[in-house]
Amino acid sequence: MFHSLAELVQQAQARALPLWEIILEGEIKLSDEPRSVIWNRMRQRLEVMRRSTGQGLEAPLHSLSGLTRGSAHRFWNWLESGAQPLSGPLLSRAIARALSVSETNACMGCIVATPTAGASGILPALLFTLQEQRGFSDEQLIQALFTAGGVGVVILHRAHVSGAAGGCQAETGSAAAMTAAAIVELMGGSPAQASHAAAIALKNMLGLVCDPIGGLVEAPCTKRNAAGVAQALVAADLALAGVESLIPADEVIDAMRRIGNHMDESLRETAEGGLAATPTAQQLTQQIWSKSHEF
Amino acid sequence: MSANRPISVFDVIGPVMVGPSSSHTAGAVRLGLIARAALGEPPVQAQLSLHGSFARTGRGHGTHLALVAGLLGLSPSDERIRHSLHLAEEAGLQVTFDTIDLGEEAHPNSVLIHVQGPTQSLSLGGASIGGGLVEVTQLQGYRVHFSGELDTLILIADDQPGTVNTISGWLAGHQINIATLRVKRNERGGQAIMILETDQPLPIPLTQGLESLPWVHWARTIPRIKE
Repeated sequence: MFHSLAELVQQAQARALPLWEIILEGEIKLSDEPRSVIWNRMRQRLEVMRRSTGQGLEAPLHSLSGLTRGSAHRFWNWLESGAQPLSGPLLSRAIARALSVSETNACMGCIVATPTAGASGILPALLFTLQEQRGFSDEQLIQALFTAGGVGVVILHRAHVSGAAGGCQAETGSAAAMTAAAIVELMGGSPAQASHAAAIALKNMLGLVCDPIGGLVEAPCTKRNAAGVAQALVAADLALAGVESLIPADEVIDAMRRIGNHMDESLRETAEGGLAATPTAQQLTQQIWSKSHEF
Repeated sequence: MSANRPISVFDVIGPVMVGPSSSHTAGAVRLGLIARAALGEPPVQAQLSLHGSFARTGRGHGTHLALVAGLLGLSPSDERIRHSLHLAEEAGLQVTFDTIDLGEEAHPNSVLIHVQGPTQSLSLGGASIGGGLVEVTQLQGYRVHFSGELDTLILIADDQPGTVNTISGWLAGHQINIATLRVKRNERGGQAIMILETDQPLPIPLTQGLESLPWVHWARTIPRIKE
């Protein structure tokens, strides 16, 4: 479909349409399905996302490996007990929801991969927190999902979205870029501003390696989803204020691909480097392995 | 991810899946589903041999639960996957797990499935190759190569002239278009496996009709796996 953000922005500007409309049209052409079918498919995804943002808040979630132990629930209880989080109400509540989705994923709950399961917390966390805090409708959130999807398609064309291929920058970095663009448009920003937001978010996450403990999509993935929320928010505010990325978004994506290609294999989801190679991670991995051999 | 089609927004806003890993969980459910369809009846006994990363990190990722869920016919987005061992017990499916070394050539996320139903038995080897996509590499002792992304018809038949003609004619008569066709002979004898991927779903009576042909020994349809 779309191979560059520049092309997307240009089309949107030329036709005075938002990005989501251009992307939705592209999807209609690609799939040869009616607009209503595609719209409803996205609505179904929004509903799965909504559930996953709440599951970890209602009750502490524990994973099979024992690495996930109810952080979302703990954080949410802290907020609800009247804490004054340093990150403020919007970011702190989005952090809680990102943790919830990420833990739901770790505990075999149903999620929407955005763009992957490992980075699935970032986009829904901010969309539903903005809905709560600023009153956006479900229809507006669905529009934002198309914007995010369009950015994701460009990234998938030009680079990688899996940790095994491109490191964590390709997963949570891509998710933050998709989210930043989506929420800029949701807040009334222009297509160009959305593109700058995607560029800034991804730039700030370049080089992030994929080093999960025991090779499991849990730690540090959950906390990196929380951090990705913050990165998306920083980038969106900068772009909405009119700050521009000196490097165009497409070139940032290309840089992300090259950095991923340079990344040593030990830092691409193999659990052989980075945090996964620390003594504590090794010890935890041993514990998980000993359980693994029970069958 | 290397689906052989244009990229859609639903590739990056999706799939809808049960976590934690598209390859270790969603892909494993799909392999189980394919084995269930290839058996052709509800399984009562299954031996699951896990190789490589499936053996190493499988338990943490719920790979064993996902494979069993697939054998029970659950979809990759079904939240009952985590209870699949319990569901298997209720369904009268007895499952045993072990680890296996399939050699360096095998994909790290590979599994060998031996499964039995009341009247049939099946052996299937496959791998989860990323993004929830899978590849079946061994079926009933034949080396094969298919993904379950399309509706698939599989036949084991006598290796004799005219078989491909007959099958394609049969499908044409049912308005079913063939997307891919592969034939592979068994090294040992006069039989061949034929794998056809089709653009339309294959009705089950069609397979039964094919199985009644004297030179067809085994015929199965594997429905396209939906999300």
